[in-house]
Amino acid sequence: MKEYTIRTQKIKKNTVKLRLIIFGSLAVILLLCSVFSEHLTPYDPYLQDLSCAKAPPSAAHWFGTDRYGRDMLSRVIAGSRASIYSTLLLVLIITVIGTCVGVFCGWYGRWIDTVLMRISDMFLAFPGLVFALAVAGVLGGGLQNAIIALTAISWPKYARIARSQTLAQKEMTYFKAARLSGSSTLKIIIRHLLPNIIGPILVTSMLDIGTMMMELAGLSFLGLGAKPPTAEWGSMMSDARSLLTTVPWVTLSPGIAIFISVMIFNLLGDTIRDYADPKSRR
Amino acid sequence: MNVIKMEPVLRVENLTGIYKGKNGRDPKTAFTAVDHVSFELMPGECLGIIGESGSGKSTLVNMIIRLLDAAEGSVILDGEDITTARGKELRKIYRKMQMVFQSPQESFDPRRTLSDGIGEGLRNSGMSGREAKEESIRLMKLCGLDPELAGCYPHEVSGGQCQRAAIARALAVKPKLLICDEATSALDVTIQKEIIELLDELRSREKEGFSILFICHDIALVQQFCDRVLVLYKGRIVEEGCPDDIINDPKDEYTKRLIAGVL
Repeated sequence: MKEYTIRTQKIKKNTVKLRLIIFGSLAVILLLCSVFSEHLTPYDPYLQDLSCAKAPPSAAHWFGTDRYGRDMLSRVIAGSRASIYSTLLLVLIITVIGTCVGVFCGWYGRWIDTVLMRISDMFLAFPGLVFALAVAGVLGGGLQNAIIALTAISWPKYARIARSQTLAQKEMTYFKAARLSGSSTLKIIIRHLLPNIIGPILVTSMLDIGTMMMELAGLSFLGLGAKPPTAEWGSMMSDARSLLTTVPWVTLSPGIAIFISVMIFNLLGDTIRDYADPKSRR
Repeated sequence: MNVIKMEPVLRVENLTGIYKGKNGRDPKTAFTAVDHVSFELMPGECLGIIGESGSGKSTLVNMIIRLLDAAEGSVILDGEDITTARGKELRKIYRKMQMVFQSPQESFDPRRTLSDGIGEGLRNSGMSGREAKEESIRLMKLCGLDPELAGCYPHEVSGGQCQRAAIARALAVKPKLLICDEATSALDVTIQKEIIELLDELRSREKEGFSILFICHDIALVQQFCDRVLVLYKGRIVEEGCPDDIINDPKDEYTKRLIAGVL
């Protein structure tokens, strides 16, 4: 009986590891694609050639061409830079800001905690994308402003997680022990607190990559993110939506690109959550 | 005759601890956990403090190690008033005063190895990483731990082994005062005995000579181990003396009940 339990745990751990390797490498491939996008595009993504406009997918143009005759494959690859880069930057910014605020609130408490948490409540009280729309609308279009808008609505979630984790950990005896070992508060936070609370935060940010990618594409689709002719998946879809019935590949190819990358990052996030779960570790 | 007047390692005078009420203001809900407690601890002495839960033992200890602010009174460690010490000053004081906690596994960072935890104080006092590691292995041997456990995480060793590591960590900075806050309460009876014997042996060694403040609720252990004992009840010291005297001839009503409860 005992042997049986041990055996199943072993198999489970192996699949987690395998999934981690598969999705991790897929995500790495996506990242490499976006980093080296300039060298990977078969055609210039901005070169117009009206003689072969709206050409369906063929050997020369795998994903077809859009209404200006631009090669869709090249544009999708070029668009990966704007989409993936800005998504990762966005997630990094909200993770860092949220964690810092949360740790600060949880550690020091008192009035500063109350003030910051009420501010985060205010941000949480608005429907996310609507608020982002308002912020992006006030700041004007552009990818940079879309990132600022999404940062404004997304940091409170991380601040909440970091704060609750800090509150749960803070009372543990090993902080007293670290203090007695002569460590300063900053050292205790960096060396003892952060490593112990970062797990759930990292998992959340991995799971958020997909969501953020969608929201960023959504803002671009609504004309508040990247501006044409910049190749960005959301704005590319928006550009071609009037042609959906006649030349569907122009809308579908960036759509499928979003679908695939969101799925890869979501699955990676899920796998990392499983991997970080102590129950599946041991 | 040559009488050497010894200075106490620790002198606690009229120490009072009050938990402020709601919002830190409401006097109705304020609670006095420790009420004008005074005692002295001589070099090399082992002083036991017993009392039921809620009697103020932990508050008293937390005030002595300055994790809590005292409402009144003073704590004098090795001739130095530490009642209001903060920051850097306090970090220096922690080289003279160390503590062993109740739950050994919780007193180590779950993401750091035992030797890392033992060496933290050494690194903070300026020792290099390698020296600190060597010293922590020496300390582990001193406390009867296999040096192979140096790379283990707290959850990978037993409670007794972990408590030995906690003692090694406390002794790393060569303190003059070791506070054991229920250090044996979370352990099995046999392991309890081993830990007590270890503390006794380390204390009797000239080189490591230190005083012990032993907080406990187990009278039998205190009798075995301590030179002198204080009985704490509702934040006040109700009785003080040699453990045998107190057990055989308790004066205070509460002490009588406490002893009757055990025997």
